[in-house]
Amino acid sequence: MTAIVKSHAGDGTDADALAPIVEQRRWLGLTVTTWQKILAPVAIGLLVLGLWELIVWKMAVPYYILPGPWRILQALVTDWKSLSGSLWITLQITGLALLAAVVLGALLSILFTQSKWLEMSLFPYAVILQVTPIVAIAPLIIIWVNDTLVSLLICAWIVAFFPILSNTILGLNSADHNLVNLFQLYGANRWQTLRYLRLPAALPYFLGGLRISGGLALIGAVVAEFVAGSGGTASGLAFRILEAGYQLKIPRMFAALVMVSGTGVLIFLVLSLVSYLLLRRWHESAVRREN
Amino acid sequence: MPAALRAIEPAVEASPARPVLHARGVAKRFSNGTLAVTGVDLDLRAGEFVSLLGPSGCGKSTLLRLIAGLGEASAGRIDWPTTDHDSHGRPMRDVGFVFQEATLMPWATAQRNVMLPLILKRVPAKEAAARADAALEAVGLGSFLQAYPRELSGGMKMRVSIARALVTRPRLLLMDEPFAALDEITRQKLNDDLLALWARQRFTVLFVTHSVFESVYLSQRIVVMAARPGRVIADVATDAPFPRDASFRISPEYAAACRTVSAKLHEAIVS
Repeated sequence: MTAIVKSHAGDGTDADALAPIVEQRRWLGLTVTTWQKILAPVAIGLLVLGLWELIVWKMAVPYYILPGPWRILQALVTDWKSLSGSLWITLQITGLALLAAVVLGALLSILFTQSKWLEMSLFPYAVILQVTPIVAIAPLIIIWVNDTLVSLLICAWIVAFFPILSNTILGLNSADHNLVNLFQLYGANRWQTLRYLRLPAALPYFLGGLRISGGLALIGAVVAEFVAGSGGTASGLAFRILEAGYQLKIPRMFAALVMVSGTGVLIFLVLSLVSYLLLRRWHESAVRREN
Repeated sequence: MPAALRAIEPAVEASPARPVLHARGVAKRFSNGTLAVTGVDLDLRAGEFVSLLGPSGCGKSTLLRLIAGLGEASAGRIDWPTTDHDSHGRPMRDVGFVFQEATLMPWATAQRNVMLPLILKRVPAKEAAARADAALEAVGLGSFLQAYPRELSGGMKMRVSIARALVTRPRLLLMDEPFAALDEITRQKLNDDLLALWARQRFTVLFVTHSVFESVYLSQRIVVMAARPGRVIADVATDAPFPRDASFRISPEYAAACRTVSAKLHEAIVS
């Protein structure tokens, strides 16, 4: 007994399994490397904005052709009320489309991996749905569906759905073959194999798909609204861009554009954070290594 | 010296130990036509430590998988004379399996990995955790219960794998070249720890290896296989007493046994 318990101490190989953690110096809770990662792109951004402002000012470019960053910021502040309302609409469409993509994508991929027949007969149609340009089918959907919001939601969902479906199917099928054998050996049923093996194995793939889909849901929502081109009480950011373009309120157009891009970046950051938090203990992609 | 070692062809000695497994004329042909093993007879008795030794491609792993029930034999039969059978007449195999790689779930802690066989058998979580902890303690990982596989060395991962195979207290432990990927020092350490566990718990072991030294050091009987097609060509018993330790590695009995087994293995390769 004691001989065995002692074993990992005198082994040599076991002792250095837990590499010593090299502590980096921290400033305001963040390491130097993290600060570099934040500050380098911020510096580049400020530099470009400064140059832009300078060029617009020196060459006296009219603001209805190209407004400077300062003017855009002003438009963002003065029009905040109407723009933020539109942002909220776009966010709702994006969020609901993403939610539907996650639920249906995950459910369908589980169904597909349980039945080869189902996958063989339905997967090609998912591909067709994916490769058909959304701008081309959006008008049809808008005609068929009475409610504009619902039709936009469907368009955004079509774009966001496929990466989750295909990635999750890949993940569910990539469980370690020996582990599958092990489950078989212990007489695991389908449900147990799914719950304890296939779903956790698929998680990193699913999260990869989710990050792509988050951005696509936003693009789908904006593109569909461009096609719909309808105003009314419930208009998203895309309509604000169109509207400002017609009225030659270019700074306002840029402000709406900034909000769309900002939203996209934010969605990506949030989903990356979710992915990191779920995988940090075990998956190579989220594990920091010291070499 | 000859008393230390004798070839049994076939094994006729009446043993008081209960039989665990009878394999008769077992053959396996894969769907691509390859005859992986043919005409294999193998008997295992309770508490035995038996090695399956042979060159690569001789069907050792295939035979082990057939015994585990991962795949059907094309011919012959594998009987479990002292095992209960279910309502369909299938044997309720009571085996643990250790693969060449540790084959752990990377998303689960050592404890969760070892709990898996119990969870699949619907043992209540609390009891499963307690038994997993005891099994990890027994392989020397009592202070690594909450470690994730990526935080463990190769040898430690293999220990977790052994703990997982033993947590159900199986009657037969099947090991498929478990230490082949480890460095020599770690391998010898794990050999000793495996023997200590076996001495304490007295499960039956069928240990696949391609190392003559490892098979002689560990086992009471060495079944030598030849390739193309995979078949058993010798069944060699080693009489050296247990417990065995480093002094056994430098004893004349060990050297003699290694010579005999090497000769058999050479026959297996040229035949």
